[in-house]
Amino acid sequence: MTAAPMDTRALAARIRLHAVRMTSAGGSSHVASALSMADILAVLYGHVLRVDPAQPRWPDRDRVILSKGHAGAGMYAALAERGFFPLEKLKTHYQDGSDLSGHVSHKGIPGVELSTGSLGHGLSVAAGMALACKADGRPSRVYTILSDGECDEGSIWEAVMFASHHKLDRLVAVVDYNKIQSLDLVANTLALEPFADKWRAFGWHVIEVDGHDHAQLTAALGGVPVHAGKPTVVLCHTTKGKGVSFMENTVLWHYRTARGAEFDAAIAELEGAAR
Amino acid sequence: MRDVFVQRLQAIAEQDARVTLITGDLGFGVLDKFAKALPAQYLNAGVAEQNMTGLATGLALEGRVVFTYSIANFPTLRCLEQIRNDACYHNAAVKVVAIGGGFSYGALGISHHATEDIAILRALPDITVLVPGCDWEAEQATAALVAAPGTAYLRLDKSSAGNTGRPGETFTIGAWRRVREGDVLTVIASGGILGVALQAADLLAQEGIALRVVSAHTIKPLDTASIGEAARDTGGILTLEEHTLDGGLGSAVAEACLDYGWQPKRFGRLGLVAGFSSIVGSQEYLRSRYGLDTPAVVQGVRDLLAGRRVRAGVAAS
Repeated sequence: MTAAPMDTRALAARIRLHAVRMTSAGGSSHVASALSMADILAVLYGHVLRVDPAQPRWPDRDRVILSKGHAGAGMYAALAERGFFPLEKLKTHYQDGSDLSGHVSHKGIPGVELSTGSLGHGLSVAAGMALACKADGRPSRVYTILSDGECDEGSIWEAVMFASHHKLDRLVAVVDYNKIQSLDLVANTLALEPFADKWRAFGWHVIEVDGHDHAQLTAALGGVPVHAGKPTVVLCHTTKGKGVSFMENTVLWHYRTARGAEFDAAIAELEGAAR
Repeated sequence: MRDVFVQRLQAIAEQDARVTLITGDLGFGVLDKFAKALPAQYLNAGVAEQNMTGLATGLALEGRVVFTYSIANFPTLRCLEQIRNDACYHNAAVKVVAIGGGFSYGALGISHHATEDIAILRALPDITVLVPGCDWEAEQATAALVAAPGTAYLRLDKSSAGNTGRPGETFTIGAWRRVREGDVLTVIASGGILGVALQAADLLAQEGIALRVVSAHTIKPLDTASIGEAARDTGGILTLEEHTLDGGLGSAVAEACLDYGWQPKRFGRLGLVAGFSSIVGSQEYLRSRYGLDTPAVVQGVRDLLAGRRVRAGVAAS
């Protein structure tokens, strides 16, 4: 089933607010990674995905794997906003005794298809799901959200080769390409460029979008399958920390937690944008 | 063991469309019949074990029962984290199959010596670890793994104790089998080296020393009841494995004895003393070199019965 499209801009704003509140309350890292992909999640869960929170295991659903599991706060926020579990539960994130772990976990959390946290796992599992759905004649699309730094992992490229070889045209890799990884810029760590050409050379259909432009995201993510017989990668050019000016495009906020005045300023800025 | 595994799996797969076999580009000539008969249930994932295990998980989460197949340490250690995080944590029906356990590929060098796999795999949560000792067990284990939910590791080796199954006998995961009755001492063996234990038992029987020989075909869950019976009812326990002594069968048995407060009258472990074997050779040769052949087991039994410590193999060189 597909619900009426939500206001994805408002949804993205709420995901960002949740992510800042959750990571600050729990003292966890990776807030900038969650902010970076908030628009991607909002467009997926607010508009594109065929999912039913009342039947999280509905066989014909679209599947989403957050391979960049460190941005779990954003994923949990999107699922709660979409109605998979109560928003109230988000307050337990990263707290003692909670099942909402910093890196996304499926146990007891409806809507999470795969637990992740170690990078380079999601695309292979997504490929397996896509292969099964294809064999079973399901309309399901399988999306997996990757970070750019994650593409350092060799296992990603194993899966990239596999998916094109097996013509998994309902498999979509969505790269949150914010150009910053854990300790430094991607370009200074292991350069990915020419990134789009690499995917093309591996047999994928490549779409490049502004990862904060909802019209572009909706067209790219909703238009799958685009090219019969080819998997699609949507390279989303994003800004790490998007939405909180002092977090944007900084390496620092990969790990830093907003506290005190920083927290208040972040919330004020996000609430201003949400109005 | 390899051939009976593939044959049995094919027979099951012909009746059960969920059963899928994925190879990591190994199994020359061995998987052809399966591939030809069941193309929709067979896949060569290429030389990419991490992806193979991840995609096996994806298929399993969609209802398949997936066997990943490769040799030695490739389907296990190379992709250990995919087994742990993807398969085990999701209770996915991924059955990891390694052929070439122990020194099966002894002449190929240390990359192909699977001598720590059991210790490493048994440390994972939510996994079943099976190490059949003979063809009958390998065949039965294959069927049992299709029926059992969740993730498993099936370690097959080139050697086999032949066919120890008795007419009408049933195989149960976690229930060890007594393949010789006796009470002087219990030898607990896992893997094809069970055949060595049986040969030693035959030799000692000629002297009136009746060994109980137990096939520990399941390392996890551990058959603690069988260990308790051996500790209480026989003259002691000697474990035998083609695997490092650090964390394998012998360790598991020792742990159980201490955990449950059982004190075997005598206790010893035969296995590999930690180290790489830069020396190569046939499985039989390397067993002899490292104190895992029939004379070594006979000597081990004699040592224990004489109250001496068992010389636990020879350090690898």
